[in-house]
Amino acid sequence: MGKVINIQPVTRIEGHAKVVITLDDAGNVADTKFHVQTLRGFEKFCEGRPVEEMPRTVCHICGICPWAHHLASAKAADACYGVTPPPAAVKLRRLMQNIAYVSDKILHFYFLAAPDFVIGPDADYSVRNVVGIIQAAPEIAKQVVHMRHLGAQILEHFAGRAIHPTFAVPGGVSKPMTEADRQYTLPLAKELLEFSKFSLKFAKDNVFPKYIDAIKSIGVIKVGYLGTVTEDGALDFYDGKLRLMKPDGAYDDFAYEQYVDYIGEWVEPWSYQKFPYAKKWGKLSLDLDNPVGVYRTNCLARINVADKMATPLAQKELEEFRAAFGRPAHYTLLYHYARLIELLQCAEQTVELLNDPEITSTDIRVPITPRAARGVGCVEAPRGTLIHDYECDANGLITKLNLIVGTTHNTAAINMSVNQAAKLCIKDGKYDQGALNKVEMAIRAYDP
Amino acid sequence: MAVKVVEDWLNACSGCEISILNIGDALLGILPQLEFVHMTALIDHKFFGQLGDGTAMDIPEAVVGIVSGGVRNEEMKHELEEIRKKVKFLISLGSCACYGGVPAQANMFKNEETFEKVFRQSVTTEPAPDPKDPNVPPWTSTCMAVDEVVKVDIAIPGCPPHPDWIAEAITALLEGKTAWSLPERSVCDTCPVIREQKSGGGPVKRWLQNMEFNPEEGLEKMRCINEQGFLCMGPVTLAGCAGKTGVPRCIQARTPCRGCFGPIRKGARPMVEMMGALTSVGLDPKSLVDRRAMMNRYIGGHGVLTVLPARPAR
Ligand code: SF4
Ligand code: SF4
Ligand code: SF4
Ligand SMILES: [Fe+2]
Repeated sequence: MGKVINIQPVTRIEGHAKVVITLDDAGNVADTKFHVQTLRGFEKFCEGRPVEEMPRTVCHICGICPWAHHLASAKAADACYGVTPPPAAVKLRRLMQNIAYVSDKILHFYFLAAPDFVIGPDADYSVRNVVGIIQAAPEIAKQVVHMRHLGAQILEHFAGRAIHPTFAVPGGVSKPMTEADRQYTLPLAKELLEFSKFSLKFAKDNVFPKYIDAIKSIGVIKVGYLGTVTEDGALDFYDGKLRLMKPDGAYDDFAYEQYVDYIGEWVEPWSYQKFPYAKKWGKLSLDLDNPVGVYRTNCLARINVADKMATPLAQKELEEFRAAFGRPAHYTLLYHYARLIELLQCAEQTVELLNDPEITSTDIRVPITPRAARGVGCVEAPRGTLIHDYECDANGLITKLNLIVGTTHNTAAINMSVNQAAKLCIKDGKYDQGALNKVEMAIRAYDP
Repeated sequence: MAVKVVEDWLNACSGCEISILNIGDALLGILPQLEFVHMTALIDHKFFGQLGDGTAMDIPEAVVGIVSGGVRNEEMKHELEEIRKKVKFLISLGSCACYGGVPAQANMFKNEETFEKVFRQSVTTEPAPDPKDPNVPPWTSTCMAVDEVVKVDIAIPGCPPHPDWIAEAITALLEGKTAWSLPERSVCDTCPVIREQKSGGGPVKRWLQNMEFNPEEGLEKMRCINEQGFLCMGPVTLAGCAGKTGVPRCIQARTPCRGCFGPIRKGARPMVEMMGALTSVGLDPKSLVDRRAMMNRYIGGHGVLTVLPARPAR
């Protein structure tokens, strides 16, 4: 056995992971593994807790997408207690989710991913980061910091907490939006929309064309996709049916509760992260040429499964994207492109919702009473379909829960992309830090 | 000369790091004064060399170390000890680092119970033995706060801490100060609601309905949440979530405080004191559902939450 390369920690992603690449005697890639090294145990310690406390507890799973966990949990809690929140409550939940996602996508594109593209994948690691971006493009950096702050400011002004929110409660939300709140928020939301349009144009003009070769090579795999669509097939972050698409584009649609019929989770001894797979497609295999059961989630997956975007500007962008890359589009680095199309939809929807007269309705919560039941709540988290499945007793205390979080769906695909990228970038024992960074780029594409 | 900083997350959710970024426009003034020699979230420095061929974990020397998250496994413990050796000042950032945080609720269960549940007892998981591999570090016996493992110089609690305090503590260090802490005040001290020192009495109500308030009026016209008969941890929780100027964040959403900034002072007993606070407004604290986990949600390290002797099956 030859050399072992240990990339630890994987950086500019959220969470603890390392990549181990084993080379053979000739210096070529014999094996790769993407190890997730942490486990916190939410599935156990939430047992015994009251259902109504879950939305503000499980959000702590992730500080980058707390609103996704918060809302999936609120929906599971609605289902446990058998209630449907009033329309204004749903609109307010959607509004907060869109604003949070705008911030999130800006963060990911400019601070986490952009160093690879703006500074360059082979640049020295000491400048290939946000500080490098600030030096290389100070005006844009200033804007990014400002826009991110704006998102947090809107959320805090209205919902108190931007990170780890308390706003969604079973049966609705904790407070209505006043006309004054709406007037305060609307101009800020319009600023975010303008910046979203700018970001997509900036990337299309200055970033993607330069890296088209990288896009067509790094981390490329051909697998299936999972995401959420509305009844008429539009991409939706908050509600709808799940759509599981095969690599060739054929798909099944199903309701949340049926996820157990379609998804199984495989455990490998070398990672705390499980490997969800499409169990109807056969036994899981990560073989690069002939994968079985592997599907991806997150923006590229959503864009692939959706028939259309939900808003006009984003729809135009999707048409352009599809004309160039087809449906489903498989190149891994296209996640960055898809992410910006989603950014536009989130920003457009934010403005739409704020212009909806019903947004200021005071009918925001229905009464609830604990009962024994099971409730499944899903939303699209930035990293993918988020599934919260709760069971509770007659007193409304959790007896069992199952969580499949966005990024976990991608475990198998990330492992494949890492393997593909390593084989592409390391040959005959020759590699440098830039080559190893390209392996990480294959991982970063899947991040928020 | 920029001040060298090592930053890393341990048993964390990345919310603390997002809170650093939420410092906002002031961030661009602070960043150039700092040189992050390691920061997993933003910088590509690697523990085992940039070519991945090192044999020992290499943490660069720095003036300031910032860690978020508690300590959940052997590798985190090792990393933390290495960071401590390499930095002059260590900051524990956030309530996970300061008290164990939400994930320390796992201390209510035996580790085997958690692994049994996660890898063998969940509906979609095909049951398998616990992962065991040199690359998946084994759990420590409990989820610990950072100061259960090494000496901490500055604690910035909160889940997440307010960006105002992160900026203030870092600025204090840049100015040559060696200590910083939040003033010992309660969340109630920063809360504008109406208090009359009494409630309707009876059992503590579960949070199954919204607070009573007129949305067109400010918080100064809303009745205190405890006095409305619900649990609000404000009386026993350290003030600070409002930052320098705001109102407590959960109260802003018209929702109760759950104690995310931790106790007001060292040696406080928030659970006992909170039971007293409920009694003092005429509520029956024993009636509170899931009392132990509810009142210690963010502070389960330091032996606060432990495995209880077997309860009768439900
Ligand atoms: S203190 Fe809160 S925000 Fe910080 S890591 Fe812990 S859970 Fe996340
Ligand atoms: S108990 Fe809660 S609502 Fe009442 S004053 Fe304190 S923080 Fe405010
Ligand atoms: S009100 Fe309490 S729980 Fe809410 S943010 Fe403030 S300290 Fe944390
Ligand atoms: Fe996340």
